[in-house]
Amino acid sequence: MKALVAIKRVADHTVTVRIKSDNSNVDLSDTKMVINPYCEIALEEAIQQKESGAISEVVAVSVGENLCQEQLRAALALGADRAIHIETEGNPEPLIIAKLLAKVVEAERPQLIITGKQSVDSDNNQTGQMLAALLGMGQGTFASKIVIEGNTALVTREVDGGQQTVSLTLPAVVTADLTLNKPRYASLPNVMKAKRKPIERLQAEALGVDVSSRTRVIRTETLGRQRVGVKVTSVDDLVNKLKNEARVI
Amino acid sequence: MAILIIAEHDNSGLNEATLHAIGAGTKISNDVHLLIAGDGCAAVVEQAVALDGVTKILVAEAEIYADPLAENMANLVASIGNKYTHIVASSTAFSKNFLPRVSALLDVSLISEVVDIEAEDIFLKPIYSGSATATIQSRDPIKVITVRATAFEALKGNGGGAVVESLTALDDMSVSKVVGNHFVPSLRPPLPSARVVIAGGRGVGSVENFLLLESLGDKLGAAIGATRAAVDAGFVENDLQIGQTGKVVAPDLYIAVGISGAIQHTSGIKDSKTIVAINSDPDAPIFQTSDYVLVADFSEVLPELIQKIQL
Amino acid sequence: MREVLEFDVVIVGGGPAGLSAACRLMQMGEDKRALTVCVIEKGAEIGAHALSGAVMESRALDELFPDWREKGAPLNTQVSQDETFWLKSEHSAWRVPHTFLPNGVRNQGNYLVSQGKLCRWLAEQAERLGVEIFTGFTAKELLFNETNVISGVVTGDMGLNTKGKPKPGYMPGIELRGKYTLFAEGSRGHLGKQLIEHYELARNADAQHYSLGLKELWEIDPKLHQQGLAIHNFGWPLNGQSNGGGFLYFTEDSQVAVGLVVDLDYRNAYLSPFDEFQRMKHHSTIARFLQGGRRISYGARTLTKGGYHSLPKLIFPGGLLIGCEAGLLNIAKLKGIHTAMKSGMLAAESIYIEVSGGCKGGQELVSYSENLRQSWVYDELYSARNFSAAIHKFGYCVGGIFNVIDQNVFRGKLPLMIRNNQEDHAQLMPIAQCDAIEYPKPDNILSFDKASSIYMSNVYHDADQPCHLHLSDSAIPLASNLADYGEPALRYCPAAVYNIVEEKNERRFVIEAQNCIHCKTCDIKDPAKNITWVPPEGGGGPVYSKM
Repeated sequence: MKALVAIKRVADHTVTVRIKSDNSNVDLSDTKMVINPYCEIALEEAIQQKESGAISEVVAVSVGENLCQEQLRAALALGADRAIHIETEGNPEPLIIAKLLAKVVEAERPQLIITGKQSVDSDNNQTGQMLAALLGMGQGTFASKIVIEGNTALVTREVDGGQQTVSLTLPAVVTADLTLNKPRYASLPNVMKAKRKPIERLQAEALGVDVSSRTRVIRTETLGRQRVGVKVTSVDDLVNKLKNEARVI
Repeated sequence: MAILIIAEHDNSGLNEATLHAIGAGTKISNDVHLLIAGDGCAAVVEQAVALDGVTKILVAEAEIYADPLAENMANLVASIGNKYTHIVASSTAFSKNFLPRVSALLDVSLISEVVDIEAEDIFLKPIYSGSATATIQSRDPIKVITVRATAFEALKGNGGGAVVESLTALDDMSVSKVVGNHFVPSLRPPLPSARVVIAGGRGVGSVENFLLLESLGDKLGAAIGATRAAVDAGFVENDLQIGQTGKVVAPDLYIAVGISGAIQHTSGIKDSKTIVAINSDPDAPIFQTSDYVLVADFSEVLPELIQKIQL
Repeated sequence: MREVLEFDVVIVGGGPAGLSAACRLMQMGEDKRALTVCVIEKGAEIGAHALSGAVMESRALDELFPDWREKGAPLNTQVSQDETFWLKSEHSAWRVPHTFLPNGVRNQGNYLVSQGKLCRWLAEQAERLGVEIFTGFTAKELLFNETNVISGVVTGDMGLNTKGKPKPGYMPGIELRGKYTLFAEGSRGHLGKQLIEHYELARNADAQHYSLGLKELWEIDPKLHQQGLAIHNFGWPLNGQSNGGGFLYFTEDSQVAVGLVVDLDYRNAYLSPFDEFQRMKHHSTIARFLQGGRRISYGARTLTKGGYHSLPKLIFPGGLLIGCEAGLLNIAKLKGIHTAMKSGMLAAESIYIEVSGGCKGGQELVSYSENLRQSWVYDELYSARNFSAAIHKFGYCVGGIFNVIDQNVFRGKLPLMIRNNQEDHAQLMPIAQCDAIEYPKPDNILSFDKASSIYMSNVYHDADQPCHLHLSDSAIPLASNLADYGEPALRYCPAAVYNIVEEKNERRFVIEAQNCIHCKTCDIKDPAKNITWVPPEGGGGPVYSKM
């Protein structure tokens, strides 16, 4: 059984985000980039399923510019068997990414498709679900546990107020939540071997997908996170400000 | 220009979040339709009919919508979606699950976690865990969005007069089924996704004093957290630890009690929307990284706060 | 049994010295026999732990890559104007005319650079030439073979908990073996320290001396920005409590690098380098540029400044010391990047000749020492040899005058050897004998506290790992350091790692290892020599992006 894992290149979440001076977008120059943490968890899951025998091959795929091959190499170092890079300009919207991934699914025919539940840059939480819809497949989102039994996957999902378990007919799409597993370290020898492995490269246009965006970012801003430490004088004052100024209660 | 709101409910009433979504919807259009799908949801329909601002209620009653799977919900919404200029839901686990499918089926993009609607095609949303925002313009013919409930007023009021229309249920997509649910309503929300977090530091002083924080947490339906110092001092268990080490939180409201503000803690809370610090030391570093500061002995002010604060 | 990975050459440290050595090794092998070379770097990426002012001479880069301009090396701002101020007090300053300055601080023709950006560019060149670079891995231990020869390093284990026990996902370190190992860990490298002790490399050298450099990057009002301006200052606030001085460099994109270098041979136990730096920014010569601006980065790192008199022997069987690990900073010029790079290149040349000739490695590479002695690196260090000691012995005025005469008139050839053989940590006086220093509170506009500062270094360590700051005697901080010196760790650490906490009338010495920005000050300045810095789990530490 083959597993396809979609991974995304994002800025490391421990590094403070900077905005370009013209507010057009986030400034990612000289920024440390990593595999999106949830995607890493998705990849770890696929590798663990392979180690337990449920899956025989793990294929990592990423959509983006050339540099995302760095993350594909990291995925190979962690244990993916193959890597596919779908080359696009810039960062396409989730729907376009889903359409491109759908093309790869049609070609690769994996039984299990795993993505991270969301990426820590856009925080969208959409791509996995969109992919499932385009493919007419079932989905198990925010997964904290996956058990593969024959051609079914039992997925425990983290939902508001508790957990839900769904049974999915494979092939299906699962999105990984934080508690699914803790990703492993890549060993130095594996990092080295990964550098020599080939990465299959596909052009978005050649896949027959219209990659033009329907949305555009007009403006990006930091919240000017200079928290001012307004001194409140009493409990009444505090409650009042929280209600009417901060609007959080 | 009719817009569609997707309701979330438990058969006895509408989820609070939906009222906020309707509130958001009324900023876009006067012609607001509400979709209620379920099995035995008459009470919800009744409540909805009485609401201000809703012009039509679409009801889909069928067994397959009892504990609706994303696949089935999405197919239902997509089947009527192209009659609308906007499809709106509150950003909850329920709608995050199926609304992206709706978008994909309608071949339009989805804008998630909207906190402000600048125009019918311009939306503001947080990115990078809330440390920045993006203003996005969409030229899709149907704008599908989820909204952060706390950013919009809930629609209340008893105007009423909505028309009720029945929808035919669609077939089960049959690629998945719910095997079980395990709801734990009495436990606190998990820290990473909690909307309100109350956290205590070494300054809280004892296990007993932490009970005060728990009471405040009860009142606000909040998660309880702690600094490493408090955990090391034995006041609370390790799994409440917030910070680089423990958990990263991004609540709307974070109340720090008796916390001095060491970096390894503050980095775990930096994406909170509003930070309140209560500490008797006027020079506590956490005051530099808070929005509101109350210099006081927490044991004196917390009881009063518990009494006066409401969600 | 650990896994083994073998290379011809193993290079510990992805800074200017290590990367230059790597590039040069591959250049030597082009069209001939190529060696296998790896660079191992503990930071999460190249440049993550790189921090320097910096004004750079392009001399070594010109030799390593004569076409560096075409290749896009990040030397984008040339110094167009040099200014030096003697800050006489908090409110006054005197602009020092150029004639009164030692040659070394005249910088026309030099470049204002970010060491991090430079390293990333060097790494790109290295990888293109075929070097394997591994980031996020530490060199934890030395690897000796049976005949006391260095045969490589052991990388650090990953996934140990606070008690040192394996967690799920535990990954043991491997043996990284090389015919030769280059140690390029920068100032006060922990393996370098062990090598110097093991092979008695410093037997004939003076004690090594260090400074702590603190730096911030600011985005300032474009109207106030003057790209290419390099300002140095001395005097206030250090006021002779310590030698050192500040800098303000105007680089690209309306950014400035502002910093203070504090010599660590200071005596006053009340001195806090961090607070000196913060209050320095309030002086009008600096504040006038920073006002309305925004701090975007903070970091700190020690410099090795003993120079010529403190140079240890740089070679031992199977290994070599290069860069700041060896102590090649030219203190008279305040520059060390070019000497670090050149030493890496010379080491590479020696190694290549040996190894490509079929030798099995493990020798003491005398040719490296010799070539270094014949090179301009040695000339520079020799002519700068008295600079720092003169100031240490005679103070700024007399020492300064001496330096101007020595450097400008005699070009460092005055037949004098002014030595300073006292170790930095031993200079600290008991606190009872020190005058208290009152530091002002930060105003959060120009000056800040440690907590918010470390936040700007993007420092991160997994908390569940063994503490990487080892106390030989855990009782010393409270038992003697506190009483005798006021526990100076609370003051000299620029990252608030060390704290004394009072709880129920009991005092505890708390080490917040997660804050550590890998500067090495504690390893140097603890009066009891009680603290040993070892690398925490690989990938942790600060993430400097343009420092």
